[in-house]
Order: sequence, then C-alpha cells, then structure tokens
Amino acid sequence: MAASLETIETVEALNDYKYGFVTDIDSEFAPKGLDEDIVRFISAKKDEPQWMLDWRLKAFRHWQNLEVKDPAWAKLDYQAPDYQDIYYYAAPKTKEGPKSLDEVDPELLKTYEKLGIPLAERAALAGIAVDAVFDSVSVATTFKGKLAELGIIFCPISEAVREHPELVKKYLGSVVPVSDNAYATLNSAVFSDGSFVYVPPGVRCPMELSTYFRINAKSTGQFERTLIIADKGAYVSYLEGCTAPMRDENQLHAAVVELIALDDAEIRYATVQNWYPGDKEGRGGIYNFVTKRGACRGPRSKISWTQVETGSAITWKYPSVILQGDDSVGEFYSVAVTNNRQQADTGTKMIHLGRNTRSTIVSKGISAGRAQNTYRGLVRMGPNAANARNHSQCDSLLIGDRCGGHTVPYIEVRNRSAKVEHEATTSKISEDQLFYCRQRGLSAEDAVSTIVNGFCKEVLQKLPMEFAVEAQKLLGVSLEGSVG
Amino acid sequence: MIVISNLHVLVDGKAILRGLDLTINPGEVHAIMGPNGAGKSTLSHVLAGRDGYEVTEGSISYFGKDLLAMEPEERAREGLFLAFQYPVEIPGVANATFLKAAVNAVRRHRGMAELDAMDFLKSAKAKMKALKMDQKFLQRAVNVGFSGGEKKRNEIFQMAMLEPRFAVLDETDSGLDIDALRIVSDGVNSLRGPDRSILMITHYQRLLDYVKPDIVHVLAQGRIVRSGGPELALELEEHGYGDIAQPAA
Repeated sequence: MAASLETIETVEALNDYKYGFVTDIDSEFAPKGLDEDIVRFISAKKDEPQWMLDWRLKAFRHWQNLEVKDPAWAKLDYQAPDYQDIYYYAAPKTKEGPKSLDEVDPELLKTYEKLGIPLAERAALAGIAVDAVFDSVSVATTFKGKLAELGIIFCPISEAVREHPELVKKYLGSVVPVSDNAYATLNSAVFSDGSFVYVPPGVRCPMELSTYFRINAKSTGQFERTLIIADKGAYVSYLEGCTAPMRDENQLHAAVVELIALDDAEIRYATVQNWYPGDKEGRGGIYNFVTKRGACRGPRSKISWTQVETGSAITWKYPSVILQGDDSVGEFYSVAVTNNRQQADTGTKMIHLGRNTRSTIVSKGISAGRAQNTYRGLVRMGPNAANARNHSQCDSLLIGDRCGGHTVPYIEVRNRSAKVEHEATTSKISEDQLFYCRQRGLSAEDAVSTIVNGFCKEVLQKLPMEFAVEAQKLLGVSLEGSVG
Repeated sequence: MIVISNLHVLVDGKAILRGLDLTINPGEVHAIMGPNGAGKSTLSHVLAGRDGYEVTEGSISYFGKDLLAMEPEERAREGLFLAFQYPVEIPGVANATFLKAAVNAVRRHRGMAELDAMDFLKSAKAKMKALKMDQKFLQRAVNVGFSGGEKKRNEIFQMAMLEPRFAVLDETDSGLDIDALRIVSDGVNSLRGPDRSILMITHYQRLLDYVKPDIVHVLAQGRIVRSGGPELALELEEHGYGDIAQPAA
C-alpha cells in the first residue's frame, strides 16, 4: 500500500511499547515541589558534605531567580512542566547500599531482566561493567574491583562526592556551569545520582563502561549527573542506554553530562535512547531536556559523541565539544528518529578555541507520522583557532507527507585560516524503493527498516558492536506503522 | 502455470490493458513485444503488484492461486520475480545485506532454513562468477553508482539467487551495450529450466537473438493481437509494428 494520507492517518500507535511496565516497589518520596528544604533533603539523603550542599543551594537560588525556566528558542511545541508538581526525589527503599547482586531486590533484577540488561553473568560475558541507576539510586555496580586494579574509578556520583571530593570539586560544573541554562541549573540543584568515571594518566580502560537509566516512580523527575574525566593519555568508552515504562503524565528528564579530556586523552560516549515517546496522539511521553558537553582541555585530546535517539515525546539535546587544546578533535554522530507526534530539536555545538582543532558532524534525522525533527548546530571558530576545520553533514529523511525535517546550522568564523564545510540533504523514502524491496520479498516494515538503516549507516558504524545491533532493531521498532 | 484472463487495467482512470489473455506453462519462455505505450510495463507492474494500477476486470491465476489478492511481498515469496527496467538505488544498504534478507524472506516462506552469512556468501560468489561480476559488488550499496549494464546484471544476479518460479524481465535489454547484453543473456539462459517460466518484455528484437523464446506475442492497444514462434519477432523487425499492431478485424 502507498504511504497515502489515509494510511498515515490510520497508522498504528506504538501501543505495544515493549517496556511499558511498572515495577511495584515502595519508593521513598520527598514531597512534591521544589524549595530549599527539598534541596537540603536530597543532600541529606545522600550524606553529602557541606560544600556539596552549598553548591546545590547556590544553583537553586540561581534557578529561583530565573525569569525564563523553559527556553523558547527551540522548534518545539509543548506545555511547560509545572515544576512545583514534580517529585524531586524517589529511591527504592534499602537500609544500606547492596554489596552484591544477591542483596538487590529481586523485583529490581526482574525489571532489568525484562529490559534485557546484561547484568551479572550476562554482563561478565559481554565484558560490560554496569552501573545501573534505578530511579535515583545506583543499586548495583559490577566490575568495580577489576577497574580499581587499574586505578579507574567507576561509581555512582553520590559515592564520588563522599570518597573522591577533590576530583568532584575540581571538575563538577567546570564544563557545564551552574548558570549554563535553566535545565542545567535545575539539575545542579536537585541531581539525584548518575555515574562518575575517572581514568588515571596513561590508562586505557579495557572495557566499555555502561549505564542504564530507567524512569520508574510516577511523576518523578530524573536528574542524573554524569562526570567523566580522562586524565593525560587515558582512554575510555562509555555507553548509555535508556528505557522507561509507559505513563500518562509527561515526565521531565533533565540530565547533565560533563566530559573532560586532558592531554592526549580520548573519550567516546555513546547513547541509545528509547524512552516512552507518548501515544500516537502525543499523550504522555518523556520530556528529555539534556545538557551534554565535553571539554578537550589538553592538546591532541579527542571527544566523540554518538547518539541514537528514538524515544521521548520532546527531545532537547545538543551534545557539544569545546576544543580548547591545540590539535584536539571533536566528533558528533547522531541519528534522531521521530514518529507520530514526537518532536526533536537536537544537534551539537563545536567550539573551536585551539589551533588545528578539527570537528566532524554527521546528523541523520528521520521523521514519520506527524513528527517534527530539527537539527540545530553551532560551529564557532574562535580568533585563535588557526587552521581549524569542520565538516558538517546533515541529512533528513521523511516518511509520508505530514512530518517535517529542519536543518538550522549556525556558523561563526573569527579566524581567516579556519575552514568550515556544511552539507545538507532532505529526501523521502520513495515508493520506488519500497516497491523494489517488497518485490524482493521484504515486508513493508522490513523495507522501511532496511532503507532507514542504510540512511543511518555512517552513524551506526560508530557504535560499539553490541549497541549497533540493538540500535538497528530499535530503528525498526520506532518506525513501526509509519507506512500502511 | 500462469493464466491471465481478460485483464483490464486502468492507470489514472485511463484504460491501458483491455482484455489481455496469456497463458504461460512451466519451463516456457515467452516474449511480449509491442510499440511504446502498448501497455508492456503496465503488465509487468500489475503482475508484481505495484500500487496505482486498478484492475477493473479479469483475473490472474498463479499456480492455482489468485495472484491479484496477494501483497507484492507475498508474490515475491511465492516465486514471482520482476527484473526492473529501472533498478532502484538504496543508499547505505550493501547488496549482500539486501539480498541475504530477500533470500531468507523467501526461504522462510517456503519452510526452509535461513542461510547464514557463510552459506550465503558461498552461494553468492558462485553465482557472481557465472555472471562475470566482481565480488566487490556485494559490498557496494544496492545499485548506487552502478552503470546501466551493472544494474541489469545485478538484477539477473538477484534472480539467480532467488530462484523464482516465474521471472518477468522488463526491458532488460534496454541501455545495454553488446557485451553486457551477451553476459545478461547468458545469465538468463543459464536460468532456463523445466520448473521456471520466463516472460521477457521488450521493445526490440535483439534480445531475442540471444535468448530464444518459445512463443512471441505482440501487445498493442492493451491486448495480445498476435502470437507465434520466434519467427514472429523477425517479421516485426523487418516490417515494424505498423500493420501488425492493428487489432485483427
């Protein structure tokens, strides 16, 4: 059948969202709403030292005084969240942190099993260390011992605050300042947990570090905070995967991720995100307002972001790189899929400060149903960025004729020797392509999935193997029902 | 056996096929010739199940099944293969990936075990050799940057891999130089067999010098106006479609 008006109108919703279940566990809530007491409550729950509380309070006061708590410049249309109608803290009830998997609530483990998270033996087989965040508290951390032998610290950030205060104090907020944007400010005040990674000089982290986040308790905002530091000559690859159960209310998610690469260090950060996108009429779904930024502090350092975004009702996300060190390299590889009523405004910022800095941007936006998908990217060549280079490629693929793909590049060049290249294309999956695939025996949905995977190939190739397979499947699932 | 009876087809409300009858037995190679606009490509698209063609009358029986009731992919899995006049490009999708998915879709339908990567490659390489195709083809994106000849050869290669019961070759000779035509024809000839029916749709006679049909039909104004042996093609080459394309009184 043609992807005609009728068929697009009658597309099936993603009513079989695979991960739409709710785990029945007593959560310990802070009361709804946000004031200084809540910030103090969160800090006390975490056993935080005074300096951390002070940092949070400073952020909170800044946030309180913000006139605009929801930036309106993105091409997104949604009802701003009521910040006083949100729980800012929910934790599964445990008296003490579990020491091993045996101590973890079996309900939690079952949830992870349904998600197919390779915890425990499966994790060992896959060579992945998992720091699983369930709602707000990290409940299980594996491979810690093995990493510790190499001097690598991989732990919940709440633990790092207590045990490695010198590192946290030095780097937290150094890439994304407290006052950076309203969501980052909010996160700084109320962040619940997240991952902390420190790789010492000259150490190459031997395994992919991985975190799965999951939003579970009803109306709980999730405010993860992740901080990754690769010291001189270090290397680390970090994977983040996300799924959330089905809910009617919109749930706010405002994470902050900061990456710091010192001299000759390299950080690769990959995300596969498939949070609940809402139903086909746009009811429910996650608001994903994330600030991700890396700083190439040292010469010849490298930071690479790879993201496959298929979920969330609203995505507002611009993983960026500040290229401070001479000869440093920034990369951004992105696939963003929107279907039904989903909206995404996503892209990157490459801020070239040092000499001979290089950046590459490859963005693939796919839009189906009545979705809107915007690439928004900034390339800035500072006055000292002699011989800096950027190449950007932004491709949009449309499925059907009621969706939109938009490309909004911002280019600022203040150095004459810098070079910036920008290419953009927009195409549609053609009837010819679909028919050709079906004539060879592929179903209409497999045909779309095949064509879309081909479109995204350059980005998918950048993902670690086990993630690439998952991502490919996810693309197919996300676009189910996009053709009649 | 494929039996097309009294087929009437509208395209954009215009009658293109007007009572076409055609029966093809297993093992037979038929050629349909005809002037431009006679409805040749319409016939191939209706057989394959493309959207936009409205069948108002008639039927197509495909080995006892109602072909017109099937989705395009069901027809393909039932062994109907269309070699496209204009093969379509699919950027980023390797030929091997595409073809393995297609082969396995067909195998699943037939209740056969799926081919794994090793078996698939072995089979593909053997067939490419026969078609004098470079193995690099497997890693190239489907039809992207292929020359006209390469695209047509790729169609025949796909046909060889999918082992259809009924192959429709739509203007497979168009855009081929003489060497490419010979290679493609050799490929088609090697695929002739007692269980396979082939329908060649062509404007020119020259393909039929290389692939000898059992029966030649002339399609004009939406129906078969004459049928005969290979000699009919030669007659057409000599006299053109002028007289013959007029429906018999």
